[in-house]
Amino acid sequence: MKMTSYALGFGLAVASATAGLTATSADAKPLRWASQGDALTLDPHAQNEGPTSTMISQMYDSLILRDAELKKIPGLATSWSAVEPSVWEFKLREGVTFHEGQPFTADDVVFSFNRALSETSDFKNYVNSIEEVKKVDDFTVRITTKGPNPILPDQITSIRIMDEEWSREHGVEKPQDYASQEETFAVRNTNGTGPFILTQRDPGIETKLKVNDGWWGWGVTDPKTNVTEVTYTPVANASTRVAALLSGEVDYVLDPPLQDLKRIDAQPNLKVEQINQIRTIFYGLDVGADQLRNSSVTGKNPFQDPKVREAMYKAIDVEAIKAKTMRGLSFPAGIITSPGVHGFTEDLDARLPYDVDAARSLLAEAGYPDGFEIHLDCPNNRSNNDEAICQATVGMLAQIGIKANLNARPKSIHFKALQNKESDFYMLGWGVPTLDSHYVFSYLGASDGSWNFTNFSDARLDELTDAMEVETDSAKRDAMIAEAWDILKASNVYLPLHHQVIAWGLNADLELPIVPNDSPALRMAMWK
Amino acid sequence: MATEPDIDVRAPSLLARARDSDLWFSFTRSPVVVVAASVTALYFLAALLAPLISPHNPFDPGSLVYSDAFTPPAWVEGGQATYLLGTDDQGRDILSTLIYGARISLLVGFAAVMLSAVIGITLGILAGYLGGIVETITMRAADVQLTVPGILVALMIDGVVRIKLKEWSAGGGFIGDMHETISLFVLIFAIGLSDWPQYARVVRGATMVEKGKEYVQAAKVIGVHPLFIMIRHILPNVLGPVLVLATIGLALAIIAEATLSFLGVGMPPTTPSLGTLIRIGNNFLFSGEWWITFFPCIALILLVLSVNLLGDWLRDALNPKLR
Repeated sequence: MKMTSYALGFGLAVASATAGLTATSADAKPLRWASQGDALTLDPHAQNEGPTSTMISQMYDSLILRDAELKKIPGLATSWSAVEPSVWEFKLREGVTFHEGQPFTADDVVFSFNRALSETSDFKNYVNSIEEVKKVDDFTVRITTKGPNPILPDQITSIRIMDEEWSREHGVEKPQDYASQEETFAVRNTNGTGPFILTQRDPGIETKLKVNDGWWGWGVTDPKTNVTEVTYTPVANASTRVAALLSGEVDYVLDPPLQDLKRIDAQPNLKVEQINQIRTIFYGLDVGADQLRNSSVTGKNPFQDPKVREAMYKAIDVEAIKAKTMRGLSFPAGIITSPGVHGFTEDLDARLPYDVDAARSLLAEAGYPDGFEIHLDCPNNRSNNDEAICQATVGMLAQIGIKANLNARPKSIHFKALQNKESDFYMLGWGVPTLDSHYVFSYLGASDGSWNFTNFSDARLDELTDAMEVETDSAKRDAMIAEAWDILKASNVYLPLHHQVIAWGLNADLELPIVPNDSPALRMAMWK
Repeated sequence: MATEPDIDVRAPSLLARARDSDLWFSFTRSPVVVVAASVTALYFLAALLAPLISPHNPFDPGSLVYSDAFTPPAWVEGGQATYLLGTDDQGRDILSTLIYGARISLLVGFAAVMLSAVIGITLGILAGYLGGIVETITMRAADVQLTVPGILVALMIDGVVRIKLKEWSAGGGFIGDMHETISLFVLIFAIGLSDWPQYARVVRGATMVEKGKEYVQAAKVIGVHPLFIMIRHILPNVLGPVLVLATIGLALAIIAEATLSFLGVGMPPTTPSLGTLIRIGNNFLFSGEWWITFFPCIALILLVLSVNLLGDWLRDALNPKLR
């Protein structure tokens, strides 16, 4: 009898000891995170590219943040309101300091917005409706826009706030000129107000962050995380990434290959989270050049003929890409923006039918019965299976006689080439942080759009793009958006492929809300 | 009355000479070598006759049926008889792609070996025969290059050449169809240049031995031009070890090509070599589509093993000390 109770007591002691151990190890744990490519830069205003912004947003805050449902929540601004139709007033949070100790004030906000407006900034299109940013007092800022701008609060969720003093001290008052590969202090060093602090940055190798215990948002926007440290490792090879997750070498893979999701989900210590992403994958055709850079057709640009564009559209069997390459995890798209973005409709999203015969005869009508030869430029580490999609496209275009030479390269090279206007026919994916169609038109549709590498130029579309930014009557504004979509869709300068589905592979003990913009906010991460 | 013994005084035919040679004797006595030689011969035949014997043309993107992608091998459930070894992620028939891929691997291997042999032999003979400053410079250069692993040298050359080519073509020149051809030449160039020191060292050693022999001395005395001596008299006598080196070098060059392609700096996925195929298939190892990478791996192993065995045997058979 006595023996038994001893045994029982001992057993309990062991059990509680183990429980205690697991409890302490569940607290305070580092988070190891991997995906295929690295942030292109850490300068908050130099590159408007998804993974780059994701990394930067762990260290820098914006005036307005987004929660897990992408709703706007107070960030460095505690409240905001339109005091006049074209004047927004922001009340700033007091008592916030940057990672290096400098206090956060209205001067930093004015400085950061002007920085984002400067020539080398890649975030101009978010803020170019802004006429003036004015400091009212230390914790009040007024933004005057050129006309009424109802979506300004959405737009500025992407504008991160830097410290003026720090920027001047290190000579980074202007954003890095990314296209010319400029190297500045802000490219590898950060000083934000965000939930994590950069401790190590080796581009392409490893990036380490530690938690900012003094972050203003703990207990305000999110409960204090128990993640102590974040190690980010870019792993280009998809199967290596999965192997790292399966072996427990990393806790979180942002972009596991679609074919491996089943295998990951089957592991008891891992889980897969899925959500429809606000991001559409498409091809762009340069219709502005008089002659393509790499083509068998010389003296003219075949893409300028709408029949050629329609033929290429109809030759792409996007359902087959969905079934084979994407393993069913994609939604064939008719326009280059996704459900969830204001202005998207099911009708717009209807595709032209896949029809090889029609495509062939269109090509013949355009004067290319035997097709022609072009180059297709693709990233190979940006979107889900991007290289495989491009390869499949090469085969499909070959069916109608167009020989596309595939040029698949890392995104750092791909985007640079696009920005230097070196591509005729390219793949691009586009997410919409503002959740409004205006963002798509201002970057991809307007003739001065900084990511409009099609060089498509339509006076009416430009006019609508400007008008919809300042229109406050929502019915009128919706009509403008609809008309703009009709113009862009009918032009076929973009050949839409599909809307992506995001799937994350995670350690089963890691709570990290999946978000439709594929941009994890590590402040919400929590170890069970 | 004694009769003359019945002796055939005619010179034996070439075939007969080959049949009676030590080489043939040792060849037939070693079943392993016979198998290796047959396998190698099979690869060569397949590579030569690829368009005739392969069931599909994997390099013609227009002929691919994309909806047939990921078809398993014929004997596995869901397999189709038209795709004996299954298809890859683009719907390419694995068997046909293997045959065409082996063709590229062999082509790159051969051309690279030729390139490094020509460079190595030339420099080796010059160094061995002329001595002095020529010898010092070439052999120290060879030593320096030998301290760096060949694959790294090849990677470096590959990278530099690609960037340079891109700069040249950036002026708007149309590369077009040459896109794949360029990859091929870049590979040959990179692998060929990374391997010449081996040949140079062996040839230099052999040349120094030959240089002291009477026939070379005699040629010198009667005033034969040094270049003629090197080409006409010394070269044929140093080719033996080069042959052995080249055979083993072929296996190494094929491996080097596969490595570069596996790393993604070799043949593009539209005209894959064995290494590119392994790289593509590697992405599907975890998801159960094993055949995409398995068969190219087996094909590469068999090819390299056979060539290596042949090289080993040749080295032993041509070495008089081992008889």
